[in-house]
Amino acid sequence: MQTSRRDFFKVAAVGGVAATIFGFDLKPAYAQLKELKIARAAETRSTCPYCAVGCGVLIYTIGDKAKNVTPQVIHVEGDPDHPTNRGTLCPKGSSLEQDMLNPRRLTKPQVRRPGATDWQDISWDTALNEIAQWTKKTRDASFVEKDANGRTVNRCEGISFIGGCTDTNEFNYLVVKAMRSLGLVYLENQARV
Amino acid sequence: MTNGWIDIKNTDMMLIMGGNPAENHPCGFKWAMEAKRNRNAKLISVDPRFTRTSATADLFVQIRAGTDIAFLGGLIRYAIENNRYAKEYLVNYTNAAFIVKEGFKLPEDGLYSGFNSGSGTYDKTTWNYQEGGDFSGKTDAPATPTHAAAAAASSAGAASGHAPEPAPGKPAGPAPPPVLPPNVAYDLTLQHPRCVFQLMKQQYSRYTPEAVERITGIPKEQYLKAIELFTSVRKDGDMKKVATIIYAVGWTQHTFGTQIIRTAAMIQLLLGNVGRAGGGVNALRGHSNIQGATDMAGLYDSLPGYLKAPVPDDVDLPTYLKRVTPTASKPTPWDSMNYYQNTPKFFVSLLKSMYGDAATKENGFAFEYLPKIDRDYSWTHIWEDMYNGKVKGMMAFGMNGVMIGPDTTKNINALKKADWLVVGEIYPDETSEFWRAPGISTDEQKKINTTVYRLPCAGFAEKDGSMTNSARWVTWKYAAVPPPGQARLDQDIIAQIFLRVRDLYKKDGGQFPDPILNLSWAYADAAHPPLTQVAMELNGRALAELTDPVTKQVIKAGQQLPGFAWLKDDGTTMCGNWIYSGMWTEAGSQIQRRGTEDPSGMGVFPNWAWSWPANRRVLYNRASCNPAGKPWDPDRKQIWWNEAAGKWVGNDVPDFKPDSNPKDHLGPFIMNPEGVGRLFAPIGVLADGPFPEHYEPIESPTKNLLHPDQSNNPLVKKFKSPYDKFGDPAEYSIVCTTYRLTEQYHYWTKNNPMNVQLIPEPFVEIPVELADEKGIRGTDMIHVISARGTYTAKAFVTRRLKPMMIDGKKVYQIGLPIHQGFRGIDEDEGRNARTPANLLTPAVTDPNAHTPESKGFLVKVEKA
Repeated sequence: MQTSRRDFFKVAAVGGVAATIFGFDLKPAYAQLKELKIARAAETRSTCPYCAVGCGVLIYTIGDKAKNVTPQVIHVEGDPDHPTNRGTLCPKGSSLEQDMLNPRRLTKPQVRRPGATDWQDISWDTALNEIAQWTKKTRDASFVEKDANGRTVNRCEGISFIGGCTDTNEFNYLVVKAMRSLGLVYLENQARV
Repeated sequence: MTNGWIDIKNTDMMLIMGGNPAENHPCGFKWAMEAKRNRNAKLISVDPRFTRTSATADLFVQIRAGTDIAFLGGLIRYAIENNRYAKEYLVNYTNAAFIVKEGFKLPEDGLYSGFNSGSGTYDKTTWNYQEGGDFSGKTDAPATPTHAAAAAASSAGAASGHAPEPAPGKPAGPAPPPVLPPNVAYDLTLQHPRCVFQLMKQQYSRYTPEAVERITGIPKEQYLKAIELFTSVRKDGDMKKVATIIYAVGWTQHTFGTQIIRTAAMIQLLLGNVGRAGGGVNALRGHSNIQGATDMAGLYDSLPGYLKAPVPDDVDLPTYLKRVTPTASKPTPWDSMNYYQNTPKFFVSLLKSMYGDAATKENGFAFEYLPKIDRDYSWTHIWEDMYNGKVKGMMAFGMNGVMIGPDTTKNINALKKADWLVVGEIYPDETSEFWRAPGISTDEQKKINTTVYRLPCAGFAEKDGSMTNSARWVTWKYAAVPPPGQARLDQDIIAQIFLRVRDLYKKDGGQFPDPILNLSWAYADAAHPPLTQVAMELNGRALAELTDPVTKQVIKAGQQLPGFAWLKDDGTTMCGNWIYSGMWTEAGSQIQRRGTEDPSGMGVFPNWAWSWPANRRVLYNRASCNPAGKPWDPDRKQIWWNEAAGKWVGNDVPDFKPDSNPKDHLGPFIMNPEGVGRLFAPIGVLADGPFPEHYEPIESPTKNLLHPDQSNNPLVKKFKSPYDKFGDPAEYSIVCTTYRLTEQYHYWTKNNPMNVQLIPEPFVEIPVELADEKGIRGTDMIHVISARGTYTAKAFVTRRLKPMMIDGKKVYQIGLPIHQGFRGIDEDEGRNARTPANLLTPAVTDPNAHTPESKGFLVKVEKA
């Protein structure tokens, strides 16, 4: 992967035509700077999470070669090989690094209890257990096995699941599997609105 | 999209309407510019607002929001009157020649035949084809003897525009749903007065340029210029050139949104542009995986791969399959592949992937495990039913329901009544903090009893998995970094909730635990399902040894399937989503491919990722050739018939039976039982009419000028909650529309310093003339007030929105972006009014797609 990436910059440098405007060739210098920044980085191919053009993006991280070291994002850019965006990104795609390294990110589970005026921390284990209990309680209370005409309907009418549309196909499929098995009918996502 | 992003470069003509790709899909829009640069293609931009797409257009036309069907219907009229349509394509590839049942009535008064004003629904008996044979050159097709009585009854009802009354003394039980006749009566000369072509011609004869001007506000001369330019690709019926129609949510967010898109499809069929490189009907979807999430069916009325959700009358699997599996309906001499005849194979394979060994032949493959729907459970109903105390709990993952609206205030008040809410997000959002939305005092918060869990999820770079773009390209992405802090992968959270619920049912029992206990969750690590394994499940695998009867190819039990053609309805295959079958085969993952070669030069890139279905890049590509199998344009060859080899070959995967000789006249629209494209949508494919008709938005500054007594779509229902209020045009006279900006993404990037720097605060675009009238200057704070709420932001006085003359009356339109709310960098620092845009929008929806009318509602404007 990295070899082909370097090849790309070499080609870009050799192919530069703007060089003579300045009387000297800036391209190798730029290419070298780029090389330095990402030289020891790992390149990960990803897809922009925003609109549905589906631009290819390359995420460069360092520090993931050693055990117990968390990789750090150092650079994000459009994937020059991607046939659709050909390396370009829009103002949203260009700010993806900030989306990954953002101090506003949620990093711990929280709960807002009935009547509370603020959040309190909660452990994952407690949160998941409570959610499972709510789910079962609400399902059991709202489950309709047969309708007024005696037809089997096996619906859970007390719970709704709503999903955004920036997560993967696999995530969405797992949601459908799990939620339909609980009998959910109020199952909707961003595609509707 | 029927086509794809890169394919836009192959076009000669672009109509971009209900979308603004230059700003909302900038990196895809480059292909429109490529078409302009390299092919001298023309671009027509039709929008209420002069956008940056309009700025690149050869022709910009300002339209009143919500009058798109009038614009497009007039285009159909013009194309027919001026011989600017594809005659051979029309006769052979659409249902133009099909004869419609006697008694079918066009909506001159705003209603099709069969309307029941009591129930507010249609009896669709007459919305059907006449049974019979070839009536070319004959004036009438007789009513089918077996159905004669029914036809007479329905035509009698139709004469008054109402459904026939039930016979006295008999209860009015539900009529059996109409079915398509196997042998359709047809007239290849297109002269029969009840053939689809003549009915369509009659339907749009009312859409004269004068009528279009009165309705849309587009001056007649400008309108004629636009439709002349668009239809110029089919001048004198010449087939060489091709045009594309490109749209986004500016078309879907109306109470007649599906019908707008159908009008576009009809135009593209009439002009012979579907199936062709540079053609098609192309939806520019707004979220990175909104296509995939739709395909996976996170929607109440469908199951993965567009299979229909079962209803209570589907008492068992055979009954369900009989209802949802269509049978061919066509002129006798023609062939129809009717690909959905394979529905049982897709459906049983889905049940096998859901319930594994618990799905047996004996128990109908666990069909009874699936919930049966009996009414509309769509988005706006969730909030209505939560407000009414029915929906008690909600899980929201990456979905900010408060911001999305419509009618933010209603959604907040609904959440106050819920017992519990689980929000999975990466940033603090408005939905998880509904209980402290602006205006809710501390004392009031203490009275809100909803328990809210906010779970930290993973960002895009922290998750692997596949996403499907607008072009149906399914592409794998890889995780670059782990989630921060205690944040977890979304799929792990879903798995962990589900497994804990399952444990509770195992331990304590409860209501019908069978589907929960038997759900197939056999992933390598159940609490952390590897998505590669889920992707392989989506593709499907053999559960027993399979042998192809023709090629004798053998697939062993446990092997990945090469594609959906291998699926079986006897439980010997499993497949999570049939349209994705082929994406991860024994040859490996097709969705991770990075082949950059494009042998045809037409932007096909057949080895880059994988596109559903079967790696076809342009859908219906059989229609890119004439009936004899030769490309309409030899310079843009996609696929063609190779007589010597006896098969279809070319630069794309044929979307067709590969060995079907053109002389067999197999229809190119293989997913329709007719085998041809539908100008006329029969038997309630759409709930509100076989042809699109212009209706006004629910809130409109004018009566419907075609039929003032039936202004709105007759099937639209309004909720009765105290929040469902509608504005009188006498008080709320301004048309308002909402949109996105290039620099912000929905409700996430307001957490990114860079995007906030670029677009620091909300604003309202208002016309100079309106600003002058109200004494408003640029940057003054103003209130935009609808019957439902007040939005406050700075005025952005502009000439991009001009006042329009609607039937002799001056009408203003204003527009506002949707991005800011009450949590975000600037919101938290008190730098804006913290009023979400969807405070303003009404919870009324399209009867087909159930999408709310977020475009074209009424407001008034005041200085703050």
